[in-house]
Amino acid sequence: MDDLLAEFLTETNENLADLDVALVRLERNPDDGETLSLIFRLVHTIKGTCGFLGLPRLEKVAHAAENVLGRVRDGVLGVTPDLISTVLAAIDQIKFIVAELGKTGAEPGGDDAALILRLDAVSNGHAPPPAAAPAAAPPPAVAPPPAAVLPVLPAAAAAPVAAAAAEPPRATPEAAAEAPQSNQTIRLGVDVLEDLMTLVSELVLTRNQLLQLARSRESAAFSVPLQRLSHITTDLQEGVMKTRMQPIGNAWGKLPRLVRDLTLELDKRIELVMHGAETELDRQVLELIKDPLTHMVRNSADHGLETPAERRAAGKAETGHITLNAFHEGGHIVIEVGDDGRGLPVDKIRSKIISKGLATEAELVGMTDNQILRFIFRPGFSTAATITAVSGRGVGMDVVKTNVERIGGTIELASTAGQGTIFTIKIPLTLAIVSALIVEAGGERFAIPQLSVVELVRAGTEASAGAQAGEPVLQMINDTPVLRLRDRLLPLVNLADLLRLGTDPARAAEPRRHIVVAQVGASLLGIVVDRVFDTEEIVVKPVAPIMRHVTMFSGNTILGDGSVIMILDPNGIARATGIAGSADGRGAGGRPAAGKAGRSDERAAMLLFRAGGTEPKVVPLGLVARLEEIAADQIEVGADQVVTQYRGRLMPLIAMSGELDLTRPRQIVLVFADTERRLGHDRCMGLVVDEIIDVVEETLAIQLATNRPGILGKAVIAGKATDIIDAGYWLTRAFADWFDGGGDASQGNGTRLLIVEDSAFFRQMLVPSLVAAGFDVTAVGSAAEALALADAGVPFSAIVSDIEMPDMDGLAFVARLRAGGPWQELPVIALTGMTSPAQIEAGRAAGFTDYVRKFEREALLASLRQCLTISAEHRLHA
Amino acid sequence: MSTNTIDRRPAADQRGEDATARTLVTLTIADQLCGVPVLSVRDILGEQPITRIPLAPPEIAGSLNLRGRIVTAIDLRCRLGVPPAPPGTPRMSVVTEQGGDLYALLVDQVSEVMTPPASSFERNPPTLPAAWGEFCSGIYRLDGRLMVELDIGRILALSTKG
Repeated sequence: MDDLLAEFLTETNENLADLDVALVRLERNPDDGETLSLIFRLVHTIKGTCGFLGLPRLEKVAHAAENVLGRVRDGVLGVTPDLISTVLAAIDQIKFIVAELGKTGAEPGGDDAALILRLDAVSNGHAPPPAAAPAAAPPPAVAPPPAAVLPVLPAAAAAPVAAAAAEPPRATPEAAAEAPQSNQTIRLGVDVLEDLMTLVSELVLTRNQLLQLARSRESAAFSVPLQRLSHITTDLQEGVMKTRMQPIGNAWGKLPRLVRDLTLELDKRIELVMHGAETELDRQVLELIKDPLTHMVRNSADHGLETPAERRAAGKAETGHITLNAFHEGGHIVIEVGDDGRGLPVDKIRSKIISKGLATEAELVGMTDNQILRFIFRPGFSTAATITAVSGRGVGMDVVKTNVERIGGTIELASTAGQGTIFTIKIPLTLAIVSALIVEAGGERFAIPQLSVVELVRAGTEASAGAQAGEPVLQMINDTPVLRLRDRLLPLVNLADLLRLGTDPARAAEPRRHIVVAQVGASLLGIVVDRVFDTEEIVVKPVAPIMRHVTMFSGNTILGDGSVIMILDPNGIARATGIAGSADGRGAGGRPAAGKAGRSDERAAMLLFRAGGTEPKVVPLGLVARLEEIAADQIEVGADQVVTQYRGRLMPLIAMSGELDLTRPRQIVLVFADTERRLGHDRCMGLVVDEIIDVVEETLAIQLATNRPGILGKAVIAGKATDIIDAGYWLTRAFADWFDGGGDASQGNGTRLLIVEDSAFFRQMLVPSLVAAGFDVTAVGSAAEALALADAGVPFSAIVSDIEMPDMDGLAFVARLRAGGPWQELPVIALTGMTSPAQIEAGRAAGFTDYVRKFEREALLASLRQCLTISAEHRLHA
Repeated sequence: MSTNTIDRRPAADQRGEDATARTLVTLTIADQLCGVPVLSVRDILGEQPITRIPLAPPEIAGSLNLRGRIVTAIDLRCRLGVPPAPPGTPRMSVVTEQGGDLYALLVDQVSEVMTPPASSFERNPPTLPAAWGEFCSGIYRLDGRLMVELDIGRILALSTKG
């Protein structure tokens, strides 16, 4: 039998089953037009296919039945029990012929003249001849219901007919299945496959259990049959998995049509390119990614691709491409959805993040473009300026991400301005069985899905640091552990603490800890565990409803040894510890965002030293007046202060470690000075440190904020996690009134000063020292904020502005001021790292009064003094 | 006695009518004899290894493996507000099913299956401690001792809170 015929039989059997039910329904509700159309269509399909396959006998019967139904549909004939039973007789005859076809591959001999005659008579409006079984045909496999019963009491008769009708659909497919042909397909309910999968999963578990037992017992008698059982189980598992596999093309089926419609709707030229449509994956997974994929293609067409005119202007082909690519990689399937459009607009996303309050500007400064782009996965984020019918309804990529994560997948994106965007989804082939890493914490074992595990690290603690060069080191910021892994700082969570399991003191004291580095969205998270076992294939089972609110578990499972363990969800852990949502929540702490962000592109000279602990600390060199070594005999211990005579004055000494170790022969001191010698108010304090390490020119990017007093945060400096000290804090430790303006705030004399500086870090550094000099300082983070103050008419005597700022840089800002307005004549001092003569010239041309290098506090004060004097004289003359 | 019968709560009353005698599995929790309807019991297990579930409510003793199915174990002592069993005491479990999920009720001892006469059933005395009152559907007066009938539905109602 050829494939066509086999398929026809399968399909016809299904249709016939439907027909029986539909005819009975029609009989009860003769006015049900929908059912009538369905019946007509089914019979018509059978007839049409018969003609195509060359099955004349079947075709004739179907044709006659179709005629009758056609006239009913046209309203010529009414639905009567007679008519229905005649049609049912025709259906039974069709069933009989189909059953014979299935057995022999050919139509049985004989003819259906009598039946066709009856059908034609009914069709022409005559009463059918007295019911008689089709004489020429042998009794059908399934006996037609006795026609005589039907006319008597239609309502009552419907039941037996329905009962009779219910029978054949079960019988016929079986008959078809019994047919000797091997290439026939069977349609099965999905639930049957699901049940099979569950059973196989159990079998796999039991097999694993047996293997583990056998391994420990070494009984040779069992090993051979056990091997066989193991192989068969594996084969069975693969076989059952195969039944659930479907090509991903099934999920893509609707996309060409969607893209075609979008092309018209958006007036764009779009070509959909699909690679790897034959890549197979579990149908459960397939169902779950169907909608996300559709959404992403929609997004690409709507937001990603430009209009033909824009594309022409950008020098690209008018037709944009959306590319779908699917392939297997390891135990996963990777799906890429890409377009060659304009790419994601980082600036727009950035301002959107701020306007939506998803993160502060200061936090964004420290982020890479990719981290910023990932905000599109946040709930409620949609960059479309206008809501179109196609997308931009605010339910967007966050739903996609949630759906992908729900099936244990990850989503990444890469975007190049002007060249396009690629989303990469990585999902497991199946949800039923996953590979997981088994770890132990607090005496309990847990499974972590292998997909989210990036690497395993054995890290030394600080005490053992340096024992092995290049080894990752676990360091403490206050009581918070972080992992310095290569050039990154990873936040760490201790699993035992997180799950409140209690810490085993023996484990805690171990010099080396096991850390599972897990991927959580775009960031990495280190999970500290006590032990790491091997990986195991596990069957994910949902947790009891009672535990559903604990998002740290994605399920539980039974291990090979029969014990139950919980499966950890790294995303849930990140949420529980606030790492994933850090941009939302942590800024709420009492401390301003100052410590959080430094500018990634600022390079400055840093003094690296050690004080109180082994970890290095750093302070911008510009803040330190001098480095001194002071001999022990020069140090005087007063009632509440340790002082030394320094340049004819008493200088208080503060130890960073808290207690000054007076036994040392010499103390190393960083001198912070507040020099205003002209007026004789020279105050200074000495910060005693253990050791000066180096002066480095480094990019200052504070990666982790801290709430420890005296420390702004942590950054990687010279390849090491380093505390950045808060000079302001230590100055106030020596003189409580250091920043109060005190008696020596003479220079500034309350002069109002505006500081425009986008880096919160430098604002933090600058403001205290200027306040200390007696200025009344207002600091803003951008030129736009400064201009808003100008518009509001806030009076200032001078402005200190950064040059490199996002959106509007210092040059544009000063040019804007000079163009007119209340601040037209104000002295504006540029504060920058770039001080080449050409740049200074450009700055002066733009309207800057003076140029000062960042951190050169003395120079800034001198410049301010000079500018303010000139300005005052200017006013006098005017 | 007859007045007691009239005073019964409607639910208990109904039960008295349609099944004059109910068959119960008896068990002890902190020396108190209790009973649960035999039809709601799926399995009775001896001492089982139980995996702690971190962050779970205190009533959840953990989970255990029953022939490949994961069963959530609920410590009845904790649920009823009785002090925990001394460590190392072997406990038994009564496994019951609700909404497709299996739960094991940890008890001190499971004794026998009995059918106490319906006439010995009485509603909860109002002085019963709150924890018991909430989970008891009534009390049987047996020879020489009382047996508390536990309402499994209400004991498991903890699951809907999460």
